[in-house]
Amino acid sequence: MNPLELVGAEPGPPFTVTLDGREMEALPGQTVAAALWTAGITSWRTTRGEGRPRGIFCGIGVCFDCLVTVNDRPNQRACLMPLRPGDAIRTQEGTGHDD
Amino acid sequence: MTEPSLAVIGAGPAGLAAALAAAARGIRVTLIDSAAEAGGQFYRQPAPGLGARRPQALHHQWRTWERLRDGLRAHVQAGTVRHMTDHHVWFVERRDTAGFAVHALVGPEQEQPAEVRAAAVLLATGGYEKVLPFPGWTLPGVVTAGGAQAMLKGGLVLPGRTAVVAGTGPLLLPVATGLAAAGATVAALVDSADPKSFVRRSRTLAGRPGKVAEGAQYAGQLLRHRVRTLLHHTVVAAHGAERLEAVTIAALDRDGRVRQDTRRRLGCDTLAVSHGMLPHTDLADALGCRVDGTDVYVDDEQRTDVPGVWAAGETTGIGGSALSLAEGHIAGRSVAARLAGRAPDPGEWAAAARTRAGLRAFFAAVDSVYVPPAHWAEQVTDGTVVCRCEEVSAGAVREAVRELGAGDLRTVKLLTRAGMGWCQGRVCGPGVAGVAGCAETAGRRPFARPVPLGVLARAGETEEQ
Ligand SMILES: Cc1cc2nc3c(=O)[nH]c(=O)nc-3n(C[C@H](O)[C@H](O)[C@H](O)COP(=O)(O)OP(=O)(O)OC[C@H]3O[C@@H](n4cnc5c(N)ncnc54)[C@H](O)[C@@H]3O)c2cc1C
Ligand code: FES
Repeated sequence: MNPLELVGAEPGPPFTVTLDGREMEALPGQTVAAALWTAGITSWRTTRGEGRPRGIFCGIGVCFDCLVTVNDRPNQRACLMPLRPGDAIRTQEGTGHDD
Repeated sequence: MTEPSLAVIGAGPAGLAAALAAAARGIRVTLIDSAAEAGGQFYRQPAPGLGARRPQALHHQWRTWERLRDGLRAHVQAGTVRHMTDHHVWFVERRDTAGFAVHALVGPEQEQPAEVRAAAVLLATGGYEKVLPFPGWTLPGVVTAGGAQAMLKGGLVLPGRTAVVAGTGPLLLPVATGLAAAGATVAALVDSADPKSFVRRSRTLAGRPGKVAEGAQYAGQLLRHRVRTLLHHTVVAAHGAERLEAVTIAALDRDGRVRQDTRRRLGCDTLAVSHGMLPHTDLADALGCRVDGTDVYVDDEQRTDVPGVWAAGETTGIGGSALSLAEGHIAGRSVAARLAGRAPDPGEWAAAARTRAGLRAFFAAVDSVYVPPAHWAEQVTDGTVVCRCEEVSAGAVREAVRELGAGDLRTVKLLTRAGMGWCQGRVCGPGVAGVAGCAETAGRRPFARPVPLGVLARAGETEEQ
């Protein structure tokens, strides 16, 4: 059993997005975080101070642990951001501002 | 004159019940919520693109949801309720003559502003989870219990294959059964509460047969999924290099201290952890509403002490969806009467008031049982990060207290930066207070969301018109 089976999901056709330039598939309606979890990825940024890996913590937009760069905009909350075909996700180091 | 209007902020059980009750009585309602769909945390829905044919498989009380959903649909079609999804409210401004201006940011990017005017405002913004720090709690794979549930209900995803669900509180039960039903192996449900306390409070339990049945239902599901339940146990540490690989759990002694000889390691790639919930009070704070402890104060009609502002659901105190529904219903009726210039007749909502009284008493008992272990802070090593955003360690907080003489949360914050990051202390507040050994004070935040400076400047402009 998986969550999609449990609810009898018949998702629309998957589409392609990129993660650091590599192609990956996402399902319509999924957030950046949900697509990354589906791909088995649970961390996608490192912290500013100690460079520690982070991903989802609160899952509802409160904690800001899940920050990620989407289409060149850094510090987007992956748990809130729905994906669209062709979106370019980039893992983020520190503030994500290449500084 | 247009009809009297109400802005409801939050489309969870409380906001939905209030919007329906008020709209049915001739009030024009604008329902504003940051999510893409109505439902709030309890009734969080999978994105439509995922085509879930049986979303109820992840839910409880589905019939209630259907009634709320259909009611909302009918009102939206009739033009009596305007539902603004994807709107993040960052500030509610009180205007002396014209009621209120609700300021929001639109869409996930949250850069475009929107403004809603209304004669009255209902705050139904719910709550978020409290997690106390422990070594390893910042590792990817460690998530809040509600967060795991939210990702599952909304995105139909699991963070891993083997989960431990831990902490304390009634939320652990639906989360453990939800993860198991969705295909995760739940290696253990670890609750620090002492089962004997339940027996002592059996009078309160006996008064809520529905709650006893709910508990029994969860117990059955845990058994069916072979989930081991360890009561009076706690997670001591989470282990892993780049992501979670195992947790150490241990039994607690009668004083709430870890019994060192009982420590053992459980392999897992997911830890869903929760130590209770905290109400969202930012908007109420900024409006100047009285906040008692962590809860927005309301009277019997769900009015705050600021004229024109009502509050309902978990923003007024944590108590689950049924209590939120009852409070929302009362608030909606009260708004309808007051905006029509009448004093409402509480007899109209007697049943909801009884539900509210019963559930508040029940959750007061629940709260006194589900408390984190008394000595949890002793397990927090100096190297443990307590403020996740600013990466402030427990050692730094202790130094601020011991060597620099900080005696309250504000001074700790100024000396260490704990609570100054993106989340504005929402996540670290209780943890920092516990480690510092000072009182947990409600954080006062000027805005409920980070606001781009350009938007802030423009919001000021409209005021001068
Ligand atoms: C992550 C999470 C998961 C939970 N899962 C369960 C569960 O599975 N089972 C269970 O029994 N209980 C669960 N709970 C408890 C749950 O909070 C209550 O049972 C119930 O949903 C409370 O209803 P409410 O209407 O008060 O608030 P909520 O349901 O929390 O609704 C509040 C709404 O307000 C919106 N909102 C908040 N702030 C703003 C803002 N500034 N601007 C715009 N919109 C805003 C939110 O998006 C949300 O839709 C969960 C809680 C959390 C935090
Ligand atoms: S996980 Fe907390 S904000 Fe996204």
